[in-house]
Amino acid sequence: MNINAKTQIQEFRSVGTRPVRQDGVDKVTGRARYGADYNMPGQLVGLVLRSPHAHARIKSIDTSAAEALKGVKAVITAADLPDHADGDEGLLEILDNCMARTKARYDGHAVAAVAAIDEATARKALGLIRVDYEVLPHVTDVDEALKSTANVVHEHATSRVDPEQNVPLNVHATEEFGHGDIEAGFAKSDLIVERSFKAEQSHQGYIEPHACVASVNADGTGDLWVTTQGHFSYRIVCAQLLGMDVSKLRVTSSEIGGGFGGKTHVWAEPVALALSRKAGRPVKLTMSREEVFRSTGPTSPASIDVKIGVSNEGVITSAYAHLRYGCGPYSGVWGMLGAMTAFACYDIENVKTIGIDVRINRPKTAAYRAPSAPVAAFAVESVLDEIAQKLDMDPLELRFRNAVKNGSRSSYGPTFGTIGLVEVLEAVKSHPQLNVPLAANQGRGIACGYWFNIGGQTCTTLNIGVDGTATLTIGTVDVGGSRSSMSLVAAEELGIDYDKVKTVIGDTATLGHNDTTEGSRGTFSSSMATINAVKQAIGVLRERAAKMWEIPVDDVVWEKGCARAVGEEHGNLPTLSLAEIAKEAPNTGGPIAGHSEIVAEGVGVSFGAHICDVEVDPETGATKILRYLVVQDAGRAIHPAYVEGQYQGGAVQGIGWALNEEYVYGADGRLQNAGFLDYRIPVCSDLPMIDTVIVEVPNPGHPYGVRGVGETPIVPPLAAVANAISRATGVRMTHVPMSPPRVLAALENAKVT
Amino acid sequence: MHYSRPNSVAEAVNLLGGNTGNAFILAGGSDLLVRMKGGFVEPSLIVDIKAIAELRQIRATDKGFWIGAAVTCAELGESEMLRAAWPGVVEAANLIGSKQVQGRCTIAGNLCNASPAADSVPALVAAGARVHIVGPNGSRVTAVEDVPLSPGKTSLAPGEMVAAIELDERPAHASDAYIRFIPRTEMDIAVASAGINLTLDADGTIKTARVALGAVAPTVLRVDEAAEALVGTKLETAALERLAETCSAAARPIDDKRGTIAYRKSVVGVLAKRTAELAYKRARANS
Ligand SMILES: Cc1cc2nc3c(=O)[nH]c(=O)nc-3n(C[C@H](O)[C@H](O)[C@H](O)COP(=O)(O)OP(=O)(O)OC[C@H]3O[C@@H](n4cnc5c(N)ncnc54)[C@H](O)[C@@H]3O)c2cc1C
Repeated sequence: MNINAKTQIQEFRSVGTRPVRQDGVDKVTGRARYGADYNMPGQLVGLVLRSPHAHARIKSIDTSAAEALKGVKAVITAADLPDHADGDEGLLEILDNCMARTKARYDGHAVAAVAAIDEATARKALGLIRVDYEVLPHVTDVDEALKSTANVVHEHATSRVDPEQNVPLNVHATEEFGHGDIEAGFAKSDLIVERSFKAEQSHQGYIEPHACVASVNADGTGDLWVTTQGHFSYRIVCAQLLGMDVSKLRVTSSEIGGGFGGKTHVWAEPVALALSRKAGRPVKLTMSREEVFRSTGPTSPASIDVKIGVSNEGVITSAYAHLRYGCGPYSGVWGMLGAMTAFACYDIENVKTIGIDVRINRPKTAAYRAPSAPVAAFAVESVLDEIAQKLDMDPLELRFRNAVKNGSRSSYGPTFGTIGLVEVLEAVKSHPQLNVPLAANQGRGIACGYWFNIGGQTCTTLNIGVDGTATLTIGTVDVGGSRSSMSLVAAEELGIDYDKVKTVIGDTATLGHNDTTEGSRGTFSSSMATINAVKQAIGVLRERAAKMWEIPVDDVVWEKGCARAVGEEHGNLPTLSLAEIAKEAPNTGGPIAGHSEIVAEGVGVSFGAHICDVEVDPETGATKILRYLVVQDAGRAIHPAYVEGQYQGGAVQGIGWALNEEYVYGADGRLQNAGFLDYRIPVCSDLPMIDTVIVEVPNPGHPYGVRGVGETPIVPPLAAVANAISRATGVRMTHVPMSPPRVLAALENAKVT
Repeated sequence: MHYSRPNSVAEAVNLLGGNTGNAFILAGGSDLLVRMKGGFVEPSLIVDIKAIAELRQIRATDKGFWIGAAVTCAELGESEMLRAAWPGVVEAANLIGSKQVQGRCTIAGNLCNASPAADSVPALVAAGARVHIVGPNGSRVTAVEDVPLSPGKTSLAPGEMVAAIELDERPAHASDAYIRFIPRTEMDIAVASAGINLTLDADGTIKTARVALGAVAPTVLRVDEAAEALVGTKLETAALERLAETCSAAARPIDDKRGTIAYRKSVVGVLAKRTAELAYKRARANS
């Protein structure tokens, strides 16, 4: 590890250190409670019946035999989840996805559910439910779905077709971005490279399956214990779907065993609540791994065309991308995100991107870490690599010549403020990995990546304990160590030690609304609110000290965790520690706290660049990752070890996708590899240690300079690995994952042609 | 479901013989328990053989080595005499799953599970291993390749069980090897594999060879033409090419999520070459 701090204006005492993680002991001793580790008295077991068909009309469902089975306490179908959406199409789609209403739209779509006294009974009951399906034609491939002969995935699609524009049937949305005149730009260029790419669908692959315990009472109140990235938004959506008052549903987020975007959407939770409501007892619902793969939201499969024109000096004169993303049967924003991020790393005079969401009979697409950006980068960075080869130019130099800088107009509209791509490229340039010689069948790939990051609604509360320690309650679920980072921030502001601050995640009844932990917003937003809350508490502490000293509050300052009196009159008073002030709280005005409720603004975007060295076995097509480097701008690393963890984790997920991870559908539209045996995420022995460099170009919009860091790390790997393999083999790779059979076929193909 | 843990082979045979329902032997359970949890089998009787002392032993006999059916793959890896004599068999057994899985699983279980991709089976076939079977009608001995009939099906009669797997003594100038291809480095199932056992002359000419392939047919494939291509050679390039060709030609794989027919046919030839080279190198070193 290596921190390359561009500007160290601020001096920090806690921020930037690497203390032990506060939730670590519970996790390594197995005491941490995840989604499935919670139980309630009288709890039932919930199980879901799922469609074996990719597309089918549900003619009827006979649940009578299941209901008659001893031990079964409730059986539900869509009829038990009436439409409370009140015309909100988005909400109705969520409801339809949780429990198919008229049609099963993908293999694994829920059609009914049971709650019984134990799993064996529940399983038996599922087998007794009779569903009469009329199987309909389906389409699972993005490009197939766009053909005029394609089967229609969703009736909404047909209603949206504008006959005059001749829009293909399964297009949900088309978004366009860019500026300048791309045709004029191409006319000016000395070299044009144009290629098409395909990316198979991948799943986040979190180790913890979805799990919850739901309890709905006859008085309309309820509790939900659940593994989620956003308990506040789960509360809103679940309450709306069930027709409950939002405030009467209390949602507690458990520890989370990975989400990466997949736990930002509700899947089985409304079903568990509906089962509990009908049974009058708590219901625990835990998905199997197979259900996670078939019935939750992977990222989009995609198909992309890219055309880039450059001058002989390697300056991009024009760039165009047409990006088609599968969104499952429902609406999506994935084409838009791909179109926005595709060229975000480069300052281009003429640029145009078109992003399309395509409906297909696969599970609803969910967010997956910088959703849509990795495959867009795969296509764009691959074409740039080929351009570098054709110009006989160092691929890093090509990036330098086109990199966005402060004040560059982004390819999707806004003008960038203080950004760090050039600093990232400089750090790459001076890294020793670039000088490691390569042998036969080895190759080195470079790729850049971008993610926006977001802010949003956030609130935190800091309570000072009687002994002068502090409890910080935050509402953004901790997916990567953010509780410890928030303790560092609170310790920094208060001027006390890290181990005197304990951070917890509040449930929905404890804090005001917090947006979900997504968009790399957790540490950015919650640290901002934490700084505010601590500042407010310090105001109270100064007042209390003033009271104890009987001097004006203006003469009290807060320094190094103590109140200090200033001015000629009182300057000689000994300081009052936090503990001393806290002890006197009952006599000076009561409990001492600070809180903050904000919409976090001033988000800082994050750029990264990855270098991947591979060796390809030309006889089997197998790729071994020899070395891998992640360089990224963090703005400010609060806890550098967790920033590195994000860099490494994103890179590893990207490498897995680049090499092996893919959804395999049969001609029957059924998922063939719904398990970790044949959906191959990397194992430790597949990977070298992922090297990292944290670049710090502080974000002026945040008091400490923090940018989000969680998503950018998964953006470059597909391209970095593809470029490395392409250089190692001399054959350009255009289809991920680059599994051994696919690479060998590409090599054989190249021999023939 | 009834679970029993007998202390002797006779008792186990008795239990199996007396059962009229769906009886299963439990060795390491790394296949059986997975299949039970997945709802694919519902045994009425489980006979756990891990408490039968005799089946937990690896013994040197006057003919070679006797490996009890309940010996774990980890124990095979810890046996220096087996590692020296049959490195290919041991490396195959030690590729199964992970450290944790190897601490439980057995090669007899690997064989009786009858998966075409079972890792230890091609190595055992190449080694010419014999299987000791006991049952209601006494005991019999058969070749490893005669046990699996088709995916999931064995030639064991109702009430029969494997008691041990026997390997020959290792002569000088001879050795074996096993290599599989998987897309990852571990925790995976062979896309194709090859086990090869070679005996050489003192000058390095191959006297006898046995070649077995995994995951490219419904059961393990013994490819005698491939073996013939090696005999009389010193593993020159031409012999290796001939080996690869015969193996690719003999393979009858399927297209599935793990690999295409073309890929498996091509890769199994590559693996055979690499396996032969490794076995040859070991045999030369074994003087
Ligand atoms: C995570 C994981 C990874 C795996 N990886 C691999 C791998 O890389 N390669 C591979 O080949 N396999 C792999 N397997 C499968 C399995 O581990 C092997 O097949 C193992 O050798 C089975 O041995 P066991 O003792 O556990 O068999 P068990 O599960 O106990 O038995 C398997 C079958 O054989 C029967 N049986 C067992 N012993 C006898 C006997 N003495 N006589 C008659 N019938 C018997 C059982 O009734 C059962 O039907 C993996 C399994 C898991 C869970």
